[in-house]
Amino acid sequence: MKLKGSRDNPLLRRRYRAERRFRTICGGAILLAVAFLVAFFADILNQGLPAFYYTEVKAQITYSQDTVELPPLAVSDKLRPVVSRGVLRVIPQEVEKNPDLLGTTVERWVPAKSDIDQFRKGHTNKLDDDVVQTVHELEQSGRLRTAFNTPFFTNGDSKLPEMAGIWSAAVGSIYLLVLTFLFAFPIGVMTAVYLEEFAPDNRLTQTIEVNINNLAAVPSILFGLLGLAVFINFFGVPRSSALVGGLTIGLMTLPIIIISSRAALRAVPDPIRLGALAMGATRWQVVRDHVLPLSLPGILTGTIIGLAQAIGETAPLIIVGLIAYIPDAPTSITQAATVLPAQVFTWASMPERAYVEKTAAGIVVLLVVLLSMNAAAVLLRRRFERRW
Amino acid sequence: MYSAETLESRSEMTNIDTEDTTTATPRDRHSETPPSKVEVRDLRLWYGDTQALFDVNMDIQERQVTALIGPSGCGKSSFLRCLNRMNDLVPGVHIEGRVELDGEDIYDPSVDVVQLRSHVGMVFQKPNPFPKSIYENIAYAPRLHGLVNGRSEMDDLVEMSIRRAGLWNEVADRLHTPGTALSGGQQQRLCIARAIAVSPEVILMDEPASALDPLATATIEELIDELKDNYTIVIVTHNLQQAARVAGYTAFFHLGRVVEFNDTDTLFTNPREQKTEDYITGRYG
Repeated sequence: MKLKGSRDNPLLRRRYRAERRFRTICGGAILLAVAFLVAFFADILNQGLPAFYYTEVKAQITYSQDTVELPPLAVSDKLRPVVSRGVLRVIPQEVEKNPDLLGTTVERWVPAKSDIDQFRKGHTNKLDDDVVQTVHELEQSGRLRTAFNTPFFTNGDSKLPEMAGIWSAAVGSIYLLVLTFLFAFPIGVMTAVYLEEFAPDNRLTQTIEVNINNLAAVPSILFGLLGLAVFINFFGVPRSSALVGGLTIGLMTLPIIIISSRAALRAVPDPIRLGALAMGATRWQVVRDHVLPLSLPGILTGTIIGLAQAIGETAPLIIVGLIAYIPDAPTSITQAATVLPAQVFTWASMPERAYVEKTAAGIVVLLVVLLSMNAAAVLLRRRFERRW
Repeated sequence: MYSAETLESRSEMTNIDTEDTTTATPRDRHSETPPSKVEVRDLRLWYGDTQALFDVNMDIQERQVTALIGPSGCGKSSFLRCLNRMNDLVPGVHIEGRVELDGEDIYDPSVDVVQLRSHVGMVFQKPNPFPKSIYENIAYAPRLHGLVNGRSEMDDLVEMSIRRAGLWNEVADRLHTPGTALSGGQQQRLCIARAIAVSPEVILMDEPASALDPLATATIEELIDELKDNYTIVIVTHNLQQAARVAGYTAFFHLGRVVEFNDTDTLFTNPREQKTEDYITGRYG
């Protein structure tokens, strides 16, 4: 063998060159993917972060018999184009709740109209010159401020952008998630256990297996049509309710849970089953005492990933009516509800400029929820992963 | 489901020919020996269309070690798993003949395998302790079969089983640590302790030392020698020296038949069959 000088071997050099070329191309692909991701996040954050802050104005609000009847009178003529109508229109309710307010004048920070907010954030506007003048005056006298947008997190949807928030959509999403879990998790795990641990390997079970895999690949909107036909039209589940949404999304999540649970069950080595069986355990005892405890982390990881997918699902929910305008959070699973992605979709179709940043902010919230769910899945896997 | 491959490589089974070999019969000295613990009569076994065992007859003596030897794929492991009906788990398996434990046919339709397996324990080739504590590994089966009442009785049973498996001095102070953290040899002795915790009458061992180093193997062999005072042991082994060391009786399997079954000394020093001699002198296998 001749080793000396082999680095100059032209064939070897060609082989190394090919390898370098291939690695560069692969690295480029990763770079491109990362660049897209960074651009996406930068754009969304750039659009969405301003929505977490909004403009408040210090206004004197007069509570009197007149203003209860005609709320716009509660503020001065000058402030009327600045203060949000959402503040004024609740004056009758406020007085009803607390009659002592009648005949007083309260000075406090209240949300400004979204036009003012957008103007201060430097976006194009169609404010009249005198309103612009007022804004400058208020700014100089310190009666305008930028504050954290609490209403965005505590309010439901609104036709007034400064009053619109994600609370009712978030509540709808939580209902939906819980219902999906309650519906899909037991059925999915039991199906997986049966197929993996009990079912004989025959044509019937093979057909079922193939069809479950196919189901996971079915476009989600078809599940929406199924939910509409079966749950709403046949079983009479209330339209737009979290219940019908949970059932529909549960159907969609089912194959994901079944497939990941089966993979987790299959990862439990056979010698453990055989050992227990040889000691006189029944099949069910083997599953309950050994296989399920060992595969539970894997099953839960798959379930969380399935639910994370469910929380971002929109199309089937639109079909079963979870796209409704919901100003107040639902208090039961049969009330009309909406979910985060549907809320984002609703805002995206609104004409006002202010809804653009609401849309982006909704996406930011959704992404945070999704990323934390996936992080939980990864942590769970890291923490409980077992090697044999 | 359990495939045949997970139990034993099935590909080795496929080229069994139908060459006529003498079917081993209960030995002539049958009458001198005490009544046998397990009597196997005309046992035939098929995996699908492939016949793996042909008319096996064997009398396994009580409180003795019986070794099953033979080349890979000769059917010795299949035979072993007939004795506690583990073969039932393999799809497409078909068994004919009789296996009698104390005169009762274990393939009788009224026999429940769960009950049978509490009488016939098994130790596998690769140590397979449950990924639970040492204590739980032992306590699991007695609890399943409702053998003990109360915590202290269980403690006693766990200690007794581990002592009998010769593991007590090594694990007494860490009974609640995972059984999977032990060394290979210790794990295998834990599996033996686990098997004897339900007081079986017969213990089947499928190459129990083949995954262990020589020192751990020697420990296991000593243990088997001690255990035979209380249990009937059937052991499959590839290691002829091991069979010679631990077994009172040895059966030589070839192509799904018992070629020769005799007491170990006779079989190794004065085999009746040419095939046996060829195998033990290393001419094939």
